[in-house]
Amino acid sequence: MTQTEVDIVKKTATLARLELGEAEIAKFGEQFGRILEAFQKLSKLDVSGVEPMTGATALSDVLRDDRAKPSLERERALSNGPKHDGEYFIVPKTIGGDA
Amino acid sequence: MSGFADYAKLDATALRDAVVSKRTTAAAVVEAALARIAALDPRLCAFSSVLAESARERAKELDFALARGEPAGALCGVPFALKSNMCLEGVEAHCGSKILAGYRPPYTAPFVQRLLDEGAIVVGTTHMDEFAMGSSGENSAYAVAKNPWDPARTPGGSSSGSCAAVAARMVTFSLGSDTGGSVRQPAALCGIVGFKPTYGRVTRYGLVAFGSSLDQVSPFTRSCRDMELVMSVISGADEHDSTCLPHPPIDPDRSDSVRGLRLGVPKEYFAGGLDADVRARVEAAIQQLVALGATTVPIELPHTEYAIPTYYVVATAEASSNLARYDGIRYGVRKPGDGSLQGMIAATREAGFGPEVKRRILLGTYVLSSGYYDAWYVRALKVRRLIRNDFDAAFERVDLIVCPTSPTAAFELGEKSDDPVAMYLSDVMTVPTSLAGLPAVSVPCGKVSQGGKALPVGLQIIGPSLADARVLRAARVFETATKHQSELYALDLSALEGAAR
Amino acid sequence: MSQTAIPTSGPTPQGVGVVSKKTGVRWVPVIGLEVHCQLKTETKLFCSCRYEFGASPNTRVCPVCTAQPGALPVLNREALALAVRVAVALGANVAPRTKFDRKNYFYCDLPKGYQISQFDQPFCTGGGLTLPSGKRVRLTRIHLEEDAGKAIHDRGDTTLVDLNRAGVPLIESVTEADMQTSDEAYEYLTSLKEILQYAGASDCDMEKGSLRCDVNVSVRPEGEPWRTKVELKNLNSFKNVKDAIEHEIERQIEAYESGDKSKFPVQETRLYDATTQTTRTMRSKEDAHDYRYFPEPDLVPFHVEPAFVELQRTMLPELADARRARYQRDFGLSAYDAGVLTGSRALADFFEMVVKLSGNAKETANWITNGVLANLSDPTIAAKTVDELPFRPHDLAELVQLVTDRTIHNNVGRTVLRAMFETGKSARQIVKEQGLEQVSDEGQLEKWCREALVGKDKVIADVKAGKTKAVAALMGPVMKASKGSANPQLVQEILLRIIQTEM
Repeated sequence: MTQTEVDIVKKTATLARLELGEAEIAKFGEQFGRILEAFQKLSKLDVSGVEPMTGATALSDVLRDDRAKPSLERERALSNGPKHDGEYFIVPKTIGGDA
Repeated sequence: MSGFADYAKLDATALRDAVVSKRTTAAAVVEAALARIAALDPRLCAFSSVLAESARERAKELDFALARGEPAGALCGVPFALKSNMCLEGVEAHCGSKILAGYRPPYTAPFVQRLLDEGAIVVGTTHMDEFAMGSSGENSAYAVAKNPWDPARTPGGSSSGSCAAVAARMVTFSLGSDTGGSVRQPAALCGIVGFKPTYGRVTRYGLVAFGSSLDQVSPFTRSCRDMELVMSVISGADEHDSTCLPHPPIDPDRSDSVRGLRLGVPKEYFAGGLDADVRARVEAAIQQLVALGATTVPIELPHTEYAIPTYYVVATAEASSNLARYDGIRYGVRKPGDGSLQGMIAATREAGFGPEVKRRILLGTYVLSSGYYDAWYVRALKVRRLIRNDFDAAFERVDLIVCPTSPTAAFELGEKSDDPVAMYLSDVMTVPTSLAGLPAVSVPCGKVSQGGKALPVGLQIIGPSLADARVLRAARVFETATKHQSELYALDLSALEGAAR
Repeated sequence: MSQTAIPTSGPTPQGVGVVSKKTGVRWVPVIGLEVHCQLKTETKLFCSCRYEFGASPNTRVCPVCTAQPGALPVLNREALALAVRVAVALGANVAPRTKFDRKNYFYCDLPKGYQISQFDQPFCTGGGLTLPSGKRVRLTRIHLEEDAGKAIHDRGDTTLVDLNRAGVPLIESVTEADMQTSDEAYEYLTSLKEILQYAGASDCDMEKGSLRCDVNVSVRPEGEPWRTKVELKNLNSFKNVKDAIEHEIERQIEAYESGDKSKFPVQETRLYDATTQTTRTMRSKEDAHDYRYFPEPDLVPFHVEPAFVELQRTMLPELADARRARYQRDFGLSAYDAGVLTGSRALADFFEMVVKLSGNAKETANWITNGVLANLSDPTIAAKTVDELPFRPHDLAELVQLVTDRTIHNNVGRTVLRAMFETGKSARQIVKEQGLEQVSDEGQLEKWCREALVGKDKVIADVKAGKTKAVAALMGPVMKASKGSANPQLVQEILLRIIQTEM
């Protein structure tokens, strides 16, 4: 395993909000390296002019009418929440922004 | 109330007949199912939850309705199981993950509702690889399901429990989900029928997402006629899923012949890595189809070797985003972390996800991240197109493609669990069809002997887009002619009865 | 966000910018806006929940907008229609094919851990609008996306999450960095709001969060290339936008003129605090997110056919600019009145309906600008907007007619209008009930006039001497006797006739 792989795993884990321990980082770093190496063959293929296939259907223009349906009762909407006060989901104090 | 004695000998079609013709009652069927689960499941670990009370209540309702002369549904009185990544209001759907322990969906998936509306009775939810990521069932945070043919071996994955439950005849059919082979591969390894429909034939609403552009609800049955029956109920348009096709439900093909069908035999699927005994069974099966009037055409699917990396890039990219919602806020198990919001989210995910899920989230996050997106993700989407083009070209010359479902028979539990690359390769025969969105069935085609155990082998039949009925017809004709189905009924499970090991 | 391109250079109109007292350098601000507007649909963008501002928390939610595992989005047709209508109103190019992407980040108000937005194929590009000053502001693009929920930070030591707003349809419009003053930004917002309101696409009410604005500001010495751009957020009113821009321009100029490179503006996002009128760093470029945009696999692509665009064009009403011109040209209204009457589409529509029924545009304009609007701003009147009027356009037209055909006096008309606001009854009904109809019966009028003449020798003498205007002094007593219902013109005629022929 190289330092680069460890760095990649650390940076990626932060992006993915995974608080990996040192042992995990080492293990994933090693596996990551092997997986990416095995997958390198993709880069050897000539894909110029090929349209990316983003979905498995040829469907398009699937729309619904703008008609309201009943919402969930609040009790049910909150029922699986690990912390709520009967009105809101409660999370640790955080100040504005999507940081 | 004593159970229906013939319960484990009948498929869904026959069982419904027995209930509707009043040779037995739905209540007796449910008791037989519960008794069999009680006897076998401690050893097989297929079930995560057994819904005994609601099943009994529903059976009573159905019996009353029948007694009043009300019309019987297409699956009246037939017990089934759900993979635990499917939503049934109020019933825990933990997806094999600690992060969703205790999660009870506030809604019911339309494909489940359609089964219930036709009189099918849900008796339980089944174990699975966490978030359907795995090929052996070993990535469950709860319990590892066993293969009824040899409990030391995997039933396959990720729909391990749903498959084992049908193979051990604890339920008559079950639902699994197939993203890269998670139904076809276990079906092959357990000697039952597993079918992944054309992408979009069954609504995904209420199926917890793994790889959105690949996931399809896919049933396990013991007979092909059952598969046709179950598909006719769950398939069809649904307004909740933008990617669900507007076509009517799959209508079983009336033909019972394969005469004149051109079967493509892709050479890439018979190359290295394929177990010799498995290969022999599959080739014999193809010869049987030829004897039944089909012809074979050698074909090439030249991009097959790129399917595994392509699949793992696409599926993990989608999964990394699909699994972002598990943040400990609206549901699931929360861990406080350092007390900040982002710290709580990270600690929750770290504690809640198992190693394979983390590995795939990392991989998927990586291939989408700035600087790698084009080189990995976009490139994989382009290769995906090339793989689909391979199939399109082949289907200009053939009606169906036949090949193995899995390169090996059931492997031993623990054999590959520490080697992700080896585990990924066990999907090599099923992943290309998933990428192409095509219908494919695995149907039993005999047994091989390994370690003194007879283990089933599956024949995979792949069709062009929307040719679901043709795929199932060919499988049915093969099944009827070969009677491999009877091997499952001959499997003696009495040694497994009793307490867990 | 931050999709405003940073051009490397641009034209500098003469005399624009701020001349530094310290250095004499002319600093030219470069301003671009990113505006989010909530679309006025019945339901959310991807689910069938009905959003309502002020609804009890977490009562307008469903499996889709709370991101329950297994739930999937389906696009609202009306949201796409309104978005296209806006594009047409702003002269933008509607893309023939559009798609949605996932924007991935973690925050407590973002249930799925990603926002469904549009990255590289927005539904429209280009377009723009011309400010009243004549200045043209170009749009880079407009895209459709879902709103996040609401995180409430000011209650105790936790943050509360309400997902009612999660999934509400937004259009984000991004301008080119074409503006150079805070006034232009203010004008732009006012014009954009007017167009969106007229198009029926959005309420654009900043107080209700249905319009939100982020600003990109940089400054450069005249003639020099563009410098570091700073993004301003948390702007809760048009005035805040203006103040924040002014403050930020000053801050940046001061920073550059300090000569201390460590103080130079850096690429960052700053939050505006309206109470202190200052901005503070929220996050720097280093913490910039890697949003990992990728095509949303739960949705399919959309083809916006030319016929669909044309249909939206036909559904677009005449916009405020055009109406102002027409009111002046066809109705002979003043620019001021035309401006007042087009203050909102509802008011302009109301005005036009009344004109159609009354046949008198000028009088109708008077009754609306002086009468109706005055009553609406009276705190003792329940109705606050034209939509809340307790009477119909037909009723106001009737009032206008009653006044113009002199059935009632102008002043009586005001009383009647007030009664219309208070009771919702028709003008004619009020006039009848309160006996306010103008009396033109000559016998009755003559009686009141004769009574008024008693003891008014001075007036009589003046009139007889030719000062006919002196009768005005007698009008009051007659009107008083008649309780305001006497036809004043007839009263004057009768008074003059009696004095001149009988006295």
